[in-house]
Amino acid sequence: MSNSNHRLSLRRRMLLSLAAPLSALVLSLLVAAVVLLISGSNPIPAYGRMFSFGFELETLVDMLNRATPLYLSAVAVAIGFRMNLFNIGVEGQYILAAIIAAQVAAEVSLPAPLHLTVIILTAMAAGAAWALIAGVLKVTRNVHEVISTIMLNAIAIKLVVAMLFRRWDVPDASLNQETAEIAPSGRMPNLNSVAELVTRDIGKGRQIWGFIIVAVLVGILYWIYVARTRQGYDLRASGINPTAAEASGVNPKRTVVLTMAMSGAVAGLVGLPEILGRDYAYGLQFTQMLGFGGIAVALLGQNHPGGIALSALVFGFLDSSAPILDASGYAPQEIVEIMKGVIIFTAVITYVVTQRRKRDEEARAAARAMSSPEGEPDAFSKPEKPEKPELPELPELPAAPAADAPAEPASPPAPADTPLEPGPKPKPTKAERRRRR
Amino acid sequence: MTLSAAPPEKAESPVRRLWGRTPSSDLKPLRWQRILLLSLILVLLIAITEEFARTPTDAMSSSTTWTQALAYAVPVLMAALGGVFAERAGVVNIGLEGMLILGTWFGAWGALNFGPWWGILIGMGGGAAGGLLHAVATVGFGVDHIISGVAINLMAPGVTRFLSDKVFSNREGGGITQSPSVEDAGSFSLPFLAGGGGTSDLLGWIERGGRSREEFRELRNELRAAGAANPEPADWFLISDAAGVLRGFVHDVSWFTLIAYAIVPISVLLLWKTSFGLRLRSCGEHPIAADSLGVNVYRYKYYGVIISGALAGFGGAYLVIHLTNFYREGQTAGRGFIGLATTIFGNWRPTGAAGGSLIFGFTEVLQLRDRTAAHALLLFVALLLGVLTVFHLVRRRGRLAGFLALASAGFVVWYVTTESVPRQLPQALPYIVVLLVLLFYASRLRMPAADGLPYRRGQQE
Repeated sequence: MSNSNHRLSLRRRMLLSLAAPLSALVLSLLVAAVVLLISGSNPIPAYGRMFSFGFELETLVDMLNRATPLYLSAVAVAIGFRMNLFNIGVEGQYILAAIIAAQVAAEVSLPAPLHLTVIILTAMAAGAAWALIAGVLKVTRNVHEVISTIMLNAIAIKLVVAMLFRRWDVPDASLNQETAEIAPSGRMPNLNSVAELVTRDIGKGRQIWGFIIVAVLVGILYWIYVARTRQGYDLRASGINPTAAEASGVNPKRTVVLTMAMSGAVAGLVGLPEILGRDYAYGLQFTQMLGFGGIAVALLGQNHPGGIALSALVFGFLDSSAPILDASGYAPQEIVEIMKGVIIFTAVITYVVTQRRKRDEEARAAARAMSSPEGEPDAFSKPEKPEKPELPELPELPAAPAADAPAEPASPPAPADTPLEPGPKPKPTKAERRRRR
Repeated sequence: MTLSAAPPEKAESPVRRLWGRTPSSDLKPLRWQRILLLSLILVLLIAITEEFARTPTDAMSSSTTWTQALAYAVPVLMAALGGVFAERAGVVNIGLEGMLILGTWFGAWGALNFGPWWGILIGMGGGAAGGLLHAVATVGFGVDHIISGVAINLMAPGVTRFLSDKVFSNREGGGITQSPSVEDAGSFSLPFLAGGGGTSDLLGWIERGGRSREEFRELRNELRAAGAANPEPADWFLISDAAGVLRGFVHDVSWFTLIAYAIVPISVLLLWKTSFGLRLRSCGEHPIAADSLGVNVYRYKYYGVIISGALAGFGGAYLVIHLTNFYREGQTAGRGFIGLATTIFGNWRPTGAAGGSLIFGFTEVLQLRDRTAAHALLLFVALLLGVLTVFHLVRRRGRLAGFLALASAGFVVWYVTTESVPRQLPQALPYIVVLLVLLFYASRLRMPAADGLPYRRGQQE
C-alpha cells in the first residue's frame, strides 16, 4: 500500500500536535505578563512567586483537590461531546445531585463502605435522572439539548432545590441552606497518610480528599468504555456520522438517551469530593460553577481522559497558586481567569490551524502519490482519512499509538457486528465534530 | 425570501438537525392584527386570573408591574436580538453571557466617568469587543462556535473582576465585586394619555377604576386599616386591566427602555428590508451561494457577530445603569443564556425575541412585587394552556391539543392543591414555560440553514 507514503512523518506530526498546548501555555503567560505590566507590577517576580508557592506541598494538595471535581465535571461533559451532545447542564445536575445525596447521606446510617456506596449511587442516580429529561426531550420532541439543559439548570437550581428543602422542612428555602451533617461512616477518609509515604508531613491542616480515587476510577472506566467497548464504539460512531451509524445498526435514540444518562451520572459525582471530604454536608461553602469549568477543561483536554486530567491539573494549579498574587500584592488573583481564557482560545485556534495545515500537507502528499504510478484512483479520498486517526492531542501521553495507526475503513463506523478493531485509540472528537459540520 | 426556501439538505448542519426537525411550516411572522388579538386575549386572561384567584390581586395588570416588566425584559431582549443577528449571519453565539458581563462593567465604568448616555455607548463597545473576539475566532480562524463562546463566557467574569479590582476598589462605595452607584437618565410619559409633561393621565384614571390618584390612595389606606392583607380597591373588570397594561408601556418609561424596544422594529427593517440584511441573512442560509453572488461572507459574518456583541453590551449596560444603578459581580445571572434560548424560542426573529423576553421580564417583576400574585400565576398559565388547547382543537391537531390539555390540567392541580408557591417558582416559571413551548413547538421552529457551520472561503458543498 502506498498508504504510508503520503502520511506525514512522525516528527512532523508530533510537532504539529505539540503546537496547540505549548503555544497556549506560552501565549497565556505572555498575555498575563502584559496585563501585569499594564497594571504596574513586574511579571517575572510575580510568576516566580506564583510558581514557588504553587509547588509547595500544601498548595499541591489544594491543586489536587481543586482538580478532582473539575476532572469529574469535564469527563461528564466529554461523554456527551463524544457523541456530539453538548451537556451544558452539568451545572444543574451536580448541584441537584449533591443536595439529594447529602440529604440521603445524613438520613441513613450504614456501615462505612456501604454508606459511601449508597451516597455515591444516589448522587449518580439523581444526576442521571435530571440529565435524562434532556435526553428524552431530545429524542421524543426534538428539543435541542443546549436549550433544554440551560432551562433545566435554572429549574433545578431555582425551583427543585427549593421544593426539596421545603419538603425536608428547612425553614427558608433557598440555595443558602444546609443539610444535616453526615455521620463518620459516610465520610471519605483522606489520603494524607498515603501521600506522606513519599513526602514530608502535610501541614496547614490540608487533606487530600479520598474522592480522588473515585475520580481516577471514573477516568479509567471512561477510557475503557469509549475506546474498548462495543457501546463506546457505537457512541463514537454516532458522533462522527450518525447516518452511517444508524445504517449499521446503532439505535441513535437509544444512544442519545444512554449518553445523556451516563453524562448525568458522572456529573452527579462532581459535588461529592468536597461534601464527603471537607464539609460533610451540603452548605454555604459548596462550590458552584464547576459545570462550566468542566466544559472548558473538557475542551482543552480534547475529550481524552488523559488530556482532561492534565488540563484539570493545570486549571487546579492556576487556581491554587493564584491567591499568592493577591497576598503578595502583585495583582488581583483573577488574572488567572484571563489566563484560562487565553489558554482555551489559543489552544483551540492553534489546534484548528495546525489541523488545516496538516490536511493541506497531506492533500499535497496525496496529490504527489497520485501522480506517481502507485497512486490508485481511490487516493482521492485519502487526504481526508488521516485526519481522523489522530495522534492524541496531548503528546505527554505515553499511549501515542498514532504514529502508524492503520488507515481507517472508508466509512468511519464499521458494521456494528464486527468486534472493535484495534483502531486508533484515543480519538480527539473535536476534529471529528468539526469534520461533520 | 427566496433564500430561505428549502436549501439543499445534503450538507445538513448538525446544529440544524438538533435544533429542530426540518420544518413542515414556518411559523409566520406576526402581523399587527394578530399581535392585537393576542394581546387582547392575554389581557382578558390576566383579568380573569385576577378576578378569580383565591386571593384577588391587582399586581398582574398594574401599570407599574408592566413598566418594570418592560425594563427587566430589556437585558434578555438585547441578548436575544444579539443572538438573532449572530445566528442570522450563521454564527452561534453562546458567548452572549460573557458579552453581557462585559457590557455591565464597561457600562458602569462609562456611566461613572462620563454619564449614563456614554455609559450605554461604552457598554456597547465592551460587548462589541467580546463580539469581535468571537468573530475573529469563529469566522477568521474557523474555530467551533460553541467552544469560542464558552471561552468568552469563562474569560469575561475574570476580566471584569480584574478590572474592578484595579479601577473600582479605589473608589468610594466600590470594591472588587461592585462599582460605586451610577446615575440614570430620565424617563418618558406620553402626554394626555399617561400624564406626560403635567397633562392629564387618562389611562391612570381608568386603571384606578375612575378614581383620582388621591381617592385611590385613601381607599387603599382605608382597606388596609380595615385589615385587608392585600388592599386592592375594586376596579372595572377588563377595562381597568387593559388600561393598566397599556399605561405600563407609556408611563414613566426610561429613555433607554424606549431605545431598546425601538431596536426591535429597526432590526426587522434592517434584516428584511435592506440589502445589508439580505446579504447578512444569505450568509446564514447559504454562504457558498452568497459568495458566488459576490457577497463578502466573512465581512458580513463579522458584522453580524459584532452587532450581536454590541447589543448584548447594551443589555449589560442597561442592567447596570437603569435596573440596579451599580455594577455587581454576577448580576447578569445567566440572562445571556436566557437570551440565547429566547432567540430560538422566538424563531430567530426580533419580534419573537421581544415576546419571549417579556415573559421573563414579567415573571421576574411579579415575584419581586407580590407573592400571592405568584400563586395566581399558576392559574394564569393553566388558562393560557387551556386557550391553546382550544385553538389546536379547532385546528384539528388532536395530539398536540391533548398534550396541552394535560399540561393545563397539571397546572390546575398544582394551583388547587397548594396554598402558596415557593418563592423561587416565579423565577423558575419562565424556564418551565420555555421548555413547554419547545416541547410543543420545537418542530415548527426554523433556524437559518447554515447556522453553526464553519465556513471557509472557496469551500465546496
